[in-house]
Amino acid sequence: MKVLLFGVTKDIIGSSILDVSNFTTNTEKTVGDLHTYLQEEYPELKKLSSLAIAVNSAYAEHNITLKDTDEVALIPPVSGG
Amino acid sequence: MKRYVRQTVLKEFGLAAQEKLSKAKVLVIGVGGLGIPVLQYLNAMGVGTLGLVEADTIDITNLQRQVLYTEAEVGASKLATAIQKLKAQNSTTLFKQYNTFLTKENVLDIVSGFDVVVDASDNFATRYLVNDACVILNKPFVSGAIQGFEGQLSVFNYKGGPTYRCLFPNMPSANEIPNCNDNGVLGVVPGIIGNLQALETVKLLTGIGEVLSGELLLFNGLQQTYNKIKFTSVKENLERTVLEDSYGDNGCSLGSSIDIQDFKKIVNTDASFQLVDVRTIEEYNTYHIPNSTHIPLTELGFHHSKIEKETTVYVICQSGKRSKMAQNRLEENNISVINVEGGINAYRSLETV
Repeated sequence: MKVLLFGVTKDIIGSSILDVSNFTTNTEKTVGDLHTYLQEEYPELKKLSSLAIAVNSAYAEHNITLKDTDEVALIPPVSGG
Repeated sequence: MKRYVRQTVLKEFGLAAQEKLSKAKVLVIGVGGLGIPVLQYLNAMGVGTLGLVEADTIDITNLQRQVLYTEAEVGASKLATAIQKLKAQNSTTLFKQYNTFLTKENVLDIVSGFDVVVDASDNFATRYLVNDACVILNKPFVSGAIQGFEGQLSVFNYKGGPTYRCLFPNMPSANEIPNCNDNGVLGVVPGIIGNLQALETVKLLTGIGEVLSGELLLFNGLQQTYNKIKFTSVKENLERTVLEDSYGDNGCSLGSSIDIQDFKKIVNTDASFQLVDVRTIEEYNTYHIPNSTHIPLTELGFHHSKIEKETTVYVICQSGKRSKMAQNRLEENNISVINVEGGINAYRSLETV
C-alpha cells in the first residue's frame, strides 16, 4: 500500500511516498490501525494533533477498512501565507 | 468597459460576469505572499470593492515572495504601500483599509461588510478565526496556505459546503507545524497558490465553472503534482453561532509580551534587564542586539541557570514565534519572561523608518 506524505509528515518520514507493503495481508486493518502503526514507526507523528487522512483521494474516518491496493495520504494543515 | 474586453469577449464570461465583479465586495486577510497576487489580479480584473486587513511592515526577507514591494519600501507599512500601488493599477476600485491584525473583537464587524473573504493569512489562529466568523456570518471564504514547496487551496462554507473545521477540526498547537518565517518557503509558491485563490474568487463571484468546494487541492512544486482530496460537511461545524473564547497565541494567550516600540525604548534607557536571544548561532552571528544572552531554542532546557531570574527577562527571536515557544516552555518551569513581539525583524525595521 502506498502512503503519500504532505507537509511536515514528509519531513518526519523523510520521503514523499512510503510503501507499507503487506500491511493488510492476512488481517483486516483500518485507517486508525495504519495511523497507530505509523506513529509507532515515526514517533514524531504523535505530536500532530490535527492530521487529515485520505484514502483514494477522499477524506477517511479512522474506522474505514483498508485494502492493499488503496492509496493513502497524510495531510497536515499548513499555515503559511 | 473597454479595459475588460479581453475577458468580456469570452462567451462563458461576458458583460454579465463583468457586471457581477464590479458589484462585488471582497475582503483579503493579509497582504503578504498570498494576498499580493490575489489583490493584483482581482483589482486588475475589475472587482468593485476590495478590503485589505494588514498591520505589518515590509521586511527585507519578505521581498523574495511579496513581489509588490521594493527595496526602498523596507520598513514602510504594507497596507499603505499596497493601497497606493493598487490605486495606480485601477482607479475605479473602492478600497477599504483595516490597519490591524484580525482579532476576536474586530473580526465580525470587518467581515460583515463583504460578500466573500480570501484567507491569505500566515498563522493558524487567524485561519480558525476567519473560518468561525465566516460560518457565523454565512460568508464563503477562499483559503490558501503554503509551506516550503507545497500549497493547499479550498473554498470553504460555500452554499452549505464543508468548512475548514470539517477538514482540520482542531487548531494545531504552536509548536507542531512549522511556519514560513521560521522554516522557509520558495518565493514562487505563494504566487501560484495566490493566483489560484484569485481564480476561485472570480468563479465564485460570477458563477462560471465549478467552485473548489468540498475538495482540497494539494500542490507540490517539486514534483509538479496537483492532488485533489474530497471531503464532506460535518453538520455541527455549520451550526456555529459564536466565536471561541480564545484563539491561542494570536495575542490572546497568557504569557506577557511587549511591542517593539516599547521594547526599543527600554533598550535605549539604562534599565536593568536581560535579553535572551533564542535563535540559531548563524542567525545570532548575522545580527544581534548588543549585550543579549544567546541560548538557542533547542538548548533552552539545559540552560535555565543562565537566566537571571531576579531581573526582568525578555525573550526574542527572528519573528516572535520561537520566542513565544521559549516563553511557554520557561513558564512551564515557573520562569516568567516577556516575549518581544515581532522579534529582530520588527526591531530592525524601526532602524530604517
